[in-house]
Amino acid sequence: MSRIKEFNLPDLGEGLTEGEILAWLVKVGDTVELNQPIVEVETAKAAVEIPAKWGGVISKIYVEAGTTVEVGAPIVAIDTQPSAGPLPDDMPGPAPSAESLAAVEIAPAEGSIEPGMIGGPAPGGRTAVLVGYGPKNTTAKRRPRIGTPGSSAPVAAVSAPVVAPPVPPPPVVAPPPPPAEPVHARVLAKPPVRKLARDLGVDLTVIVGSGPLGSVTRDDVHQAAAAATAAPAAAPAATTTPAAAVFDASREQRLPVKGVRKLTAENMVASAFTAPHVTEFLTVDVTRTMKALEKLKSRREFRDVRISPLLMVAKAVLLAVRRHPMVNSTWSAGTNEIVVKEYVNLGIAAATQRGLIVPNIKDAGRLSLRELAEALDTLVQVAKSGKTPPSDMAAGTLSITNVGVFGVDTGTPILPPGESAILAFGAIRPMPWVHKDKIKVRQVTTLGLSFDHRIIDGELGSRFLRDIGDFLTDPEGALLSWT
Amino acid sequence: MANGVSDVGADAPAGGFVQLLTPDGERRESVTTADGTTYSVDFTDEEYRGLYHDLVTVRRLDAEATALQRQGELGIWASLLGQEAAQVGSGRALRPQDMAFPTYREHGVLYTRGIDPIMPFGLFRGVDQGGWDANEHRFNGYTIVIGSQTLHATGYAMGVTMDGKTGTPDGEAVIAYFGDGATSQGEVNEAFVWAGVFNAPMVFFCQNNQYAISEPLERQTRIPLYRRAAGFGFPGVRIDGNDVLASYAVTRSALDNARNGQGPTLIEAYTYRMGAHTSSDDPTRYRIASEVESWKAKDPISRLRAFLTKQQMAGDEFFAAVDESAKTLALDLRERVLAMPDPQPVTMFDHVYPHGSPEVDAQRARFADYHASFEGSDH
Repeated sequence: MSRIKEFNLPDLGEGLTEGEILAWLVKVGDTVELNQPIVEVETAKAAVEIPAKWGGVISKIYVEAGTTVEVGAPIVAIDTQPSAGPLPDDMPGPAPSAESLAAVEIAPAEGSIEPGMIGGPAPGGRTAVLVGYGPKNTTAKRRPRIGTPGSSAPVAAVSAPVVAPPVPPPPVVAPPPPPAEPVHARVLAKPPVRKLARDLGVDLTVIVGSGPLGSVTRDDVHQAAAAATAAPAAAPAATTTPAAAVFDASREQRLPVKGVRKLTAENMVASAFTAPHVTEFLTVDVTRTMKALEKLKSRREFRDVRISPLLMVAKAVLLAVRRHPMVNSTWSAGTNEIVVKEYVNLGIAAATQRGLIVPNIKDAGRLSLRELAEALDTLVQVAKSGKTPPSDMAAGTLSITNVGVFGVDTGTPILPPGESAILAFGAIRPMPWVHKDKIKVRQVTTLGLSFDHRIIDGELGSRFLRDIGDFLTDPEGALLSWT
Repeated sequence: MANGVSDVGADAPAGGFVQLLTPDGERRESVTTADGTTYSVDFTDEEYRGLYHDLVTVRRLDAEATALQRQGELGIWASLLGQEAAQVGSGRALRPQDMAFPTYREHGVLYTRGIDPIMPFGLFRGVDQGGWDANEHRFNGYTIVIGSQTLHATGYAMGVTMDGKTGTPDGEAVIAYFGDGATSQGEVNEAFVWAGVFNAPMVFFCQNNQYAISEPLERQTRIPLYRRAAGFGFPGVRIDGNDVLASYAVTRSALDNARNGQGPTLIEAYTYRMGAHTSSDDPTRYRIASEVESWKAKDPISRLRAFLTKQQMAGDEFFAAVDESAKTLALDLRERVLAMPDPQPVTMFDHVYPHGSPEVDAQRARFADYHASFEGSDH
């Protein structure tokens, strides 16, 4: 047993990863007894005194007071046999213990567990655990597997999957009964798999399970669901194909996530989990807007430009922004400021073959209605052709998503990163509506406004949405009274 | 009604409590409560010294465990510091046939049952599941879930009655330990209902240490806890939880009532947790130093030492010998804790089913193969 013993900072409270050395109660050369307090350490949970684990003489203090130390790092060394004379100069320090090597081994291979799941990656390079902050992922060196060239090639060892044995052992139970046999017992499936089947509308009793004891697995359900969707096209074949073949894994499509889809996903996740979203809805009678649109179309200035209800909604948004400038702003966490913009770079969400993009019309607030109509037309045509330059997609300040073109009524849009409000504009439908105290058929649509609740309170968001609705209900009246 | 103690005792909370030994070490011959019950003890000098030995030993073992946790040798520890008298007094009042249902803090009761103090350390070190033979030790498993053991105890006590083991002076009684925080749990109130209605041979022993982790008593109750019992139809008594004599006298009386078929009793041991809730807690965040200081003056060990000294039952030599013996036990405990073997990974399959299962056997074999596939495996 080594004469010099090194004391590593322990996990002082269920799942901590580090602690700050508050003060040393001893100095190098001091004689300490077993359990004599030697250092004060503060963790996220408590400030505590650590008693000496061995009696002896303090031979080394590794970290000064005020330093934050990771759990497991050595903080002090104690000479447990000081009476045995001076230490030889070349006496090696204590070697890392077997436990500390073994400890890093249990970290699962990166990517083997979904983010957020226990054992999976969590923010800050940590591993999610049931309680506490979770251990930091270290560059784990694993013991190589027997029979692999791992001992001389660590890369190979790291890339080897360690969560499952290389070859599954032969099944120890009888194979599942042939599908032709009538089902005489309840289908075996775990509760989450049953729920998945229910959610996907898959009948568990017709699936041949591939799991232990013939139980139905998650993959089996997914395959059954995919086969059911594909069924109409392959209907004649399906009637004669044995059930097992229908659920063949080769009938799944795997699409690599890249390009616009990847960017969209990243932006949506970033926005949804940083800006607290609130969405409000307003259903309005836009009959007068539609009439105004007809009038515009008949005017000479608008003869050669395509105009749509979107133009009127864009105009409504721009005018409402003038009355509520705060909605056109950015939360700047870095500088701890709210940046309110005097220009409106109006984003229009567009579905393209490459995916969703949100190009914007720069300084749209300064454009006349005719210029705005042209800009919208150009933006849509360029987007459809897939040639939108990156500069058109940068620096948006406020956006509209026209989900109405897909025939739906409204949605709860997610803010483009850096923007504080986005308006969803639904389908315009003839609907029974109370108009002048009588039920009439009117052109009606639903607006959905999502906003960043850090900046925009319910009152401001509601007023902004209400103004947009007022404009669309009575465009002429709004123009006369607002401008 | 046992509420209201005619002789309220020194430093008693409003409503009084049963106290036989004051913080200064003055002995009260007996205390009679409002319902006419008289509590007293009749110990020999040797028995008094034995109680002192118990108190010092359990405190010293507890201190060693706290140090071991700080040194990274235990995952967590729940210290009993300050509650030694409540535990030792009630524990020594148990008879061999009685059954105890502890929380995770009853190290002192465990000690008085004659159990090797190392028994729960596997749980706190994380090398076993804390499973021991409750019947062999007449001491159920440490229960982490707050208050649930009171239901287990009540069900067990109802079974004792059904087995015909109550109704005589040598009958069997059951004691359930819990804290002030647990009284807010549904389980504890359900246990009160069932024990009351079925006249179960139960003693509900509540160590009111004033804090449910960080929540003070006034957030748990509007009335003194012992008065809760009246609403459930059985007697409640409050004792000075730092007085080992009162703890012994009242618990023994309540256990005797239970074993004689007189039904349950709630005992509220009014005490104070001098340390943290567990080693993961920092009590300086929610209580003030002067409060802790005021309770130091009511220390359970110093009052018994003062009594022994005044009565000339013990001197410095005895006290030094007790300290030395406690230290020896503590160091022995330390050595044995450090020597506890880490469990082999495959042992996690051992207690899944009492008689095994083909599926678990297959999993165990696969898992063993997997571990054996690494270089340097020794199993």
